[in-house]
Amino acid sequence: MALMASIIRRNISQKPPFWNLNPRIWPSRLIFSSPEGRGEKSAVAIEKILVANRGEIACRIMRTAKRLGIRTVAVYSDADRDALHVKSADEAVRIGPPPARASYLNASAIVEAALRTSAQAVHPGYGFLSESADFAQLCEAEGLTFIGPPASAIRDMGDKSASKRIMGAAGVPLVPGYHGNEQDIDFLKLEAEKIGYPILIKPTHGGGGKGMRIVQGPDEFVESLLGAQREATASFGINTILIEKYITKPRHIEVQVFGDKHGNVIHLNERDCSVQRRHQKIIEEAPAPNVTNEFRFRLGEAAVSAAKAVGYHNAGTVEFIMDTLSGKFYFMEMNTRLQVEHPVTEMVVGQDLVEWQIHVANGEPLPLTQEQVLLNGHAFEARIYAENVSRGFLPATGTLHHYRPVPVSPSVRVETGVEEGDAVSMHYDPMIAKLVVWGENRNAALVKLKNCLLKFQVAGLPTNISFLQSLANHWAFEKGLVETHFIEHFKNDLFIDTADEVAAEAYAAAKLGASLVAACICEKEHVTSKETLLDGNRLLSLWYIQPPFRMHHSAKRKMELEWDRELNGSCQELLKIVITYQSDGSYFIEIEDGDSPGWEVKVKHVGNHDFRVDADQLHSYVTLTLYCKDTSKHIHIWHGKHHHHYRQNVRHEQSTDDGSQHQPSRQVASHPKGSVVAPMAGLVVKVLIENGALVEEGQPILVLEAMKMEHVVKSPRAGYVDGLQVAAGQQVFDTTVLFSVKDK
Amino acid sequence: MLRVLARRSWRGLQQRQKSMAFCSAAAVLPDGINRSSDAFARNSAAVQDLISQLHSHIHKVLDGGGPEAVRRNRSRNKLLPRERIDRIIDPGSSFLELSQLAGYNLYEEPLPSGGIITGIGPVHGRLCMFVANDPTVKGGTYYPITVKKHLRAQEVAAECKLPCIYLVDSGGANLPRQAEVFPDRDNFGRIFYNQAKMSAEGIPQIALVLGSCTAGGAYIPAMADESIMVKGNGTIFLAGPPLVKAATGEEVSAEDLGGASMHCKISGVSDHFAEDELHGLAIGRNVIKNLYMAGKGAVSSTSFSSNYEEPLYDVKDLRSIAPSDQKQPFDIRSVIAHIVDGSEFDEFKKLYGTTLVTGFARIHGQPVGIIGNNGILFTESALKGSHFIELCAQRNIPLIFLQNITGFMVGSKSEATGIAKAGAKMVMAVSCAKVPKITLIVGGSFGAGNYGMCGRAYSPNFLFLWPTAKISVMGGIQAAGVLAQIERSNKKRQGIEWTKEEEEKFKSRVVEAYEIEGSPYYSTARLWDDGIIDPADTRKVLGLCLSASMKHVPEETKYGVFRM
Repeated sequence: MALMASIIRRNISQKPPFWNLNPRIWPSRLIFSSPEGRGEKSAVAIEKILVANRGEIACRIMRTAKRLGIRTVAVYSDADRDALHVKSADEAVRIGPPPARASYLNASAIVEAALRTSAQAVHPGYGFLSESADFAQLCEAEGLTFIGPPASAIRDMGDKSASKRIMGAAGVPLVPGYHGNEQDIDFLKLEAEKIGYPILIKPTHGGGGKGMRIVQGPDEFVESLLGAQREATASFGINTILIEKYITKPRHIEVQVFGDKHGNVIHLNERDCSVQRRHQKIIEEAPAPNVTNEFRFRLGEAAVSAAKAVGYHNAGTVEFIMDTLSGKFYFMEMNTRLQVEHPVTEMVVGQDLVEWQIHVANGEPLPLTQEQVLLNGHAFEARIYAENVSRGFLPATGTLHHYRPVPVSPSVRVETGVEEGDAVSMHYDPMIAKLVVWGENRNAALVKLKNCLLKFQVAGLPTNISFLQSLANHWAFEKGLVETHFIEHFKNDLFIDTADEVAAEAYAAAKLGASLVAACICEKEHVTSKETLLDGNRLLSLWYIQPPFRMHHSAKRKMELEWDRELNGSCQELLKIVITYQSDGSYFIEIEDGDSPGWEVKVKHVGNHDFRVDADQLHSYVTLTLYCKDTSKHIHIWHGKHHHHYRQNVRHEQSTDDGSQHQPSRQVASHPKGSVVAPMAGLVVKVLIENGALVEEGQPILVLEAMKMEHVVKSPRAGYVDGLQVAAGQQVFDTTVLFSVKDK
Repeated sequence: MLRVLARRSWRGLQQRQKSMAFCSAAAVLPDGINRSSDAFARNSAAVQDLISQLHSHIHKVLDGGGPEAVRRNRSRNKLLPRERIDRIIDPGSSFLELSQLAGYNLYEEPLPSGGIITGIGPVHGRLCMFVANDPTVKGGTYYPITVKKHLRAQEVAAECKLPCIYLVDSGGANLPRQAEVFPDRDNFGRIFYNQAKMSAEGIPQIALVLGSCTAGGAYIPAMADESIMVKGNGTIFLAGPPLVKAATGEEVSAEDLGGASMHCKISGVSDHFAEDELHGLAIGRNVIKNLYMAGKGAVSSTSFSSNYEEPLYDVKDLRSIAPSDQKQPFDIRSVIAHIVDGSEFDEFKKLYGTTLVTGFARIHGQPVGIIGNNGILFTESALKGSHFIELCAQRNIPLIFLQNITGFMVGSKSEATGIAKAGAKMVMAVSCAKVPKITLIVGGSFGAGNYGMCGRAYSPNFLFLWPTAKISVMGGIQAAGVLAQIERSNKKRQGIEWTKEEEEKFKSRVVEAYEIEGSPYYSTARLWDDGIIDPADTRKVLGLCLSASMKHVPEETKYGVFRM
């Protein structure tokens, strides 16, 4: 590994490694050295950009724009009125209601916003309209500079079948498959058999894994095809699909390319994005581990050829699939936009790609030649999502009651579009942040990644942080043995282990966590009651001394915490805690389960959510956060390498003043046996079964869509479907009972 | 500067005292302990024994009515009374429990804590008096001492204007003892009388019905300003189902007869319906939050200082210096030095009537006047005491009495100086002074000394004992001497010979009886005090008591006729 890293480093130390500490100064001569440009309107450099996007990417684009002295305009839907990207911009324009189709995909509203605010250019970000040739064209037609590739290149590469034809002609290697226009089911099935199973079905338009289906054999073909078409229609409005050979042990390696309007195209090395779930990337890195320089060189060449074949300029990514068994790589597609994971490239080449985009849009030539491109160190990006890992990574929604990303530094970036208190809604992508770290080499970067993941604090909704930790700590990942099925292959290691010794260890850690929570709560209460409860009679403070006075005995206190085992509410364990206030101000904490010896915990509140604890002679800092949701108080603690989540029933504390009302104890979690609850908030797109129908176990009942991902809700057992009242087009929440299955 | 240094080390202390001699600042008391003496070691060991003995008694009563009764209580989803109080007072706050050993060795059967828990604690920053039946002790029924303890809690509440929170779970009067429980003035009926009178005065009366509340007990929630009932466990009725069946033949379940639902929805006997006990306690907290200013007198903000110093000496040392042997000389200033802020004590009339120590100090920032005994009371001492009490009453400074008194001086010389009228002056002053008074009996409390030094009969706001306390009309030996003399003359009149042995036996019986009746346990079991405290807790307890007592609007003191 180390040897490899040293081989692949080129031109080292010529350029500063950290793009954000040392923003590259664009040579001023270049700004005036573009006589031909884009005709008359390019005479003036861009002074104001409308960012046609939301979330972290909008914030990230605005950051660079601001550094360059360029004013920014945000657009927002009603759901994003108070979002960070709106606050970050100089101006912001409302463009429609929450659904993306009516707002961020509403090309005319966006163009109108740009004209209204006199923006000269539009940056589309990624997703939404970034790969819409029509939108690019519309911008140019309205006299706005589209910061991205020419519409023709978007169109060429947007059509997966067409792009493959062009690539084939340009000599770029392709995966065997059918990319034709014929969409007849029987025909496609025949083609699939020609290629040989397993095969992959994917929409000719769009990306991000949406609508993709792997088909293992002919019996699954039809259902998969229809599903893929439906998702394609929902997401992209076009339902044509293509089929390809499915490579069993592939790696996903992509190359960042950049072209200017003068015909120069270079590449900025590759990224490995193999580690994916639901066909979406979650950890990316640059450069790709365990590849030779020779391989890297050929890959770069192929990528540049691909870009040149479509007359590309601005930022683009050529995605390849690498067959790890044969060592061959094939062109998959080209993404004609700035990618989500572009920061890892920025970190290793020491450049700001958004800055490049703007300069290229201004008609300036590329600032570097291929030979000048550096490859310095190693970078990782971990995508932090609101999602239910244990429920198949289903997108989650909720409020960020506590949000404390790691502090940024020259080697740590946090790209985020949310703040504490913001909601992750069902309307858009549930990504909370991108954590990007850089190190001298892969090992050094990985150490930082692990450390940052430990310290990245999110509470209020389920996230994939602990899963990312499992990934980063996995031996095979540490060795760089990444491949597209990594998560599938190592699922026994990566998901919560139910093995006795692991479970016992986790339980012990949770008990310690609960003990620390109890001690911190007692301490915090002591501090706040002293501060807030004192009225005119200050002798009253005597009643809040620590430890509290009891005549001839020690004050004790009981606390019941429900340990949320997977941070997403699916498995809980009740911990009964007894706290004894000791004369030296410490707490003796026991858990009533018969085999806990108890801990003596000393606590010092050091401010806000932070405490310094001394438990069992071990001093450390912990963070504690509390919020109320539903009928519970939720408590999160970050201690050592753990993040634990507990709930406390606060029904009693919330009792109202009139008190006389009956408050039937709500049973949120326990629905009648056999009932099926929506696994996520979303839209019902299809109901496959009528109420009262007889179904088998595992039979699909209805299809939900959230964040443009389809999820089939299946029958948990055989029986009659009962109480099925939802219909296609209906919005459901993640606690909605969809139906139940009654015995035959 | 020197002051700061002194606080850091014992050696620095001597330095400080030397320097203080040249300063005009408040007088700092020396520690007053000769640690190297044998007497100190002996005394320390003796007091330690007394404290361990006390703790073992206390730990027995903390278990309530025993494991079986506790188990039964838990199976009904009920908490123990101290746990109930812990859940209703502010989390992590203090609770000043009164008379934990009430009923100790008083009846043939044990009656831990007299079957009722009382004490003071804050709820939403508001001090309240709690009265909680212990259903694990004889079903929470009222023995005579239970009634007495309940009434004492109400008395403290009335005096300090503290809202009363009744955690009711009681079977009512203990029927076999009805004659001692039911009819007299200070019996069961007085509870409701007090509720009515306090409510009239604006002192809130809140009842939480957490268990049964039968017969007379039913009036506790019924008389309350607001009441809360717990579904299932809480019942209120004048007669339970068996009695109803016997009386009228009606068959009815307890829940239908007097359950929470019926009383909250139909009869209106209760105001708040609670799903379970924890819910009930939470509602209780809310109700108290909404009391707002009710019953709260204007707070006198005298020269209270929020920045006070701890005493220079470890308060735990009081465990070594408490006087275990009345015959050993003992300087009450060593006690004062360990409990007052900065160990600073400004003595009043230091050179006059020296057997009574009087002076000003602060405890947790609260100015106090302290009166402590340093020997027998003489005419001068009594005059000095009266003078000092008048001073404090005039200035609205609370008084703390530290009793270690064998009595007033006897003999012809004393009588001739008019010690009787000097003592009377002191009793007049103590009785009439309208300032908070707290009495602590650290050693002996004999004869009229007990009276002049604000004994129980003089209604101090609080009265606590150290385990070293001894209370009786006179010392056992003196009493034996007096009684033997009378007995001898009786026998002589009847012509009966009384041998030396017989006389000694007679005397030792008297001494023994005095020993038992003078013990702090005998006192505390009968509620002659508010509890026996660990000397190490003295400063805290005094602070909490002062805090509870200072809710007063200052009252004007008027005295009767002083015999001059």
